[in-house]
Amino acid sequence: MIEMHDIWKTYADGTHALRGVSVRIDRNEFVYLVGPSGAGKSTFMKLIYREEVPTKGQISVNDFNIGKLKSRKIPYVRRNIGVIFQDFRLLPKLTIYENVAFAMEVIEAPRRIIKKRTMEVLDLVGLKHKHASYPSQLSGGEQQRVSIARAIVNNPSVIVADEPTGNLDPETSAGIMNLLEEINFRGSTIVMATHNKDIVNTMRKRVIAIENGLIVRDEARGEYGYEV
Amino acid sequence: MKFSTLLRHIREGLKNIVRNGWMSFASMSSIFISLFILGVFVLLVMNVNLMADQIESKVQIRVFLNTDVDDAKVAELQNKIGNMPEVSKVTFVSKEEGLQILREAMGEQNGDWLEGYSDENNPLMVSYTVEVYDPQTVQIVADAIQAINSMDSDEPIYRVKYGQGTIETLFKITNALRYIGLIIVVGLGVTAMLLISNTIKMTIVARRREIGIMKLVGATNAFIRWPFFVEGALIGLVSSVITSGIMIFGYSQLVNLTQTELSLMLITLVPIKTAALNVSVLIIGIGTLIGILGSTISIRKYLKV
Repeated sequence: MIEMHDIWKTYADGTHALRGVSVRIDRNEFVYLVGPSGAGKSTFMKLIYREEVPTKGQISVNDFNIGKLKSRKIPYVRRNIGVIFQDFRLLPKLTIYENVAFAMEVIEAPRRIIKKRTMEVLDLVGLKHKHASYPSQLSGGEQQRVSIARAIVNNPSVIVADEPTGNLDPETSAGIMNLLEEINFRGSTIVMATHNKDIVNTMRKRVIAIENGLIVRDEARGEYGYEV
Repeated sequence: MKFSTLLRHIREGLKNIVRNGWMSFASMSSIFISLFILGVFVLLVMNVNLMADQIESKVQIRVFLNTDVDDAKVAELQNKIGNMPEVSKVTFVSKEEGLQILREAMGEQNGDWLEGYSDENNPLMVSYTVEVYDPQTVQIVADAIQAINSMDSDEPIYRVKYGQGTIETLFKITNALRYIGLIIVVGLGVTAMLLISNTIKMTIVARRREIGIMKLVGATNAFIRWPFFVEGALIGLVSSVITSGIMIFGYSQLVNLTQTELSLMLITLVPIKTAALNVSVLIIGIGTLIGILGSTISIRKYLKV
C-alpha cells in the first residue's frame, strides 16, 4: 500500500516537480501514471523507491514512513520494491542469470535457493534457455524481460515501472504488458508510468494523470486521455 | 555477515578483476611503475647509507707517544683512554708493528723507500689506535686525550691525530646524503599513492552505474563495498609482489656482477637478503595498503544516496 499526503518536491534548481499531491494506492492495484513529459511522473515514482525525498509532506510504503527513513534502512525498504526502467539497466558484464541472481545475493539468500528461484523467474519471463547469454546478445524486449525478472525475483509487494515499453515495438510491448498483468495477478501492486495510449486504453485499469505537479484526473477504469 | 556471503564477496572481487580486465591492468601497471621507482630509490638510499656508515666507521684516532716513555706509562695511558665511555677499543701499536703496517700500506712498488730500516734502527714512535662507538664523537674524544697529556707533568703524548677538518666535512656530506635520500623516498611514496589512488578512482567512476543498480536492488553499502575492497587489496598485493620479485632479482644480478670490481674499490653493497627483506616488506605493505585505501576511499562518493 502506498500513501502520499500533500507531497511537495522542489529540486535544487528551483523546479517544482510536485505541488501538493495526495493519493492512496491499495494493495494489488494496477495503476497507470499518465501525463505530458516533465509533469512530475518520474519524481512521483522516485519518491516511492526512495531515490528522492519529498520537500514537504508524508509518504508511506507498506506502512513505512519512508520520508523520514534513516539512510541505513533504505536498502531494506528497497528490497520490497521492484523497479523497472525504460533503459533496462542491466549489468553488461554479467550473464542473464547473474543479473537476476544478483538481486537475491544482496539479501544474502542461500545459494541453493538463489539458483532455484532465479531459474523459476527466468522461466516465468520465458528466458530460461538464455540464462548464460549476456545482455548485449538479447533483443530489447528480452532485456526488458530480464529486468522484470530481476525486479520480481525477491517477491516485492510493489513494482514501479518507468515507461517499461518506451523503447519497444507494439508487439513486444504487448508481451511485456501480459507479463506485468500476470505479476499483478500473483499479488504485486504495480505503478507504471507510460506514454502508450493503446496500452492504457486496452487494459482499462486505474489511471492517474499528472500535470504541472498536480493530480488532474484519477479514474478507476480510465483512458489515456491525451492526443498522441 | 554470513560466511557464505564473505566467500561471495571474495569470489566477486576476483571476478571483477577479470571482468574489468583492462582497468585492472591499468591499475596494476601504475602500481608497478610507482613502486618500482620507489624501490630503486630505497635500494639506492640503503646503499648510500651503508657506504656512509662504512666510511665513518673507518674513522680512528691515532695517539703517538714520545720515544722516551716507559712501559708502565704506556700501560697507564692505555687504561685511561680505554676507560672513557665513548671509546670502544684501544689497540697498542709497537714500533715493529708500526713499521710492518707502513710497509704494507706503501705496497711493493714504493716499498724500497723503507729499505735499510729494521727493528734495530726503527725510527717510528709507539702509538695507540683508538676506536669510538659513535664516529661523531671523534673530536670530543681526541680533545679529552689531549687533556690527559696536559695534566700529566711528563707530557708523554707527542701528538693526537684524527684527520682534523676532513672528518667534519665527511660527516656533513654523509648526513646530507641521508636526509636527501629520506626526502626523495618520502616524496616518491606520496607520488605513488596519488598516482595509484587516481587510477583506482577512474576504475570506480567507470562503474558508478553498476553501483547505482546495486543500490536499487537493495544492497547495503557494506555489501557493495566488500568486493571493491577485495579487488583493491588483490590488485595491490599482486602488483607489489611482482614489483618486489623483479627488484630483488635485478638487485641480486647487480650485486653478483659487480662484486669483484667493487670489492677492489673497498665498496660493499647491502647484502641481497637484507635488501630483499626490507624492500619487499616496504613495497608489498605500501602496495596492498594503497590498493585497499584507493578503492574504499574512492567508492565512498558513490555510495551516498
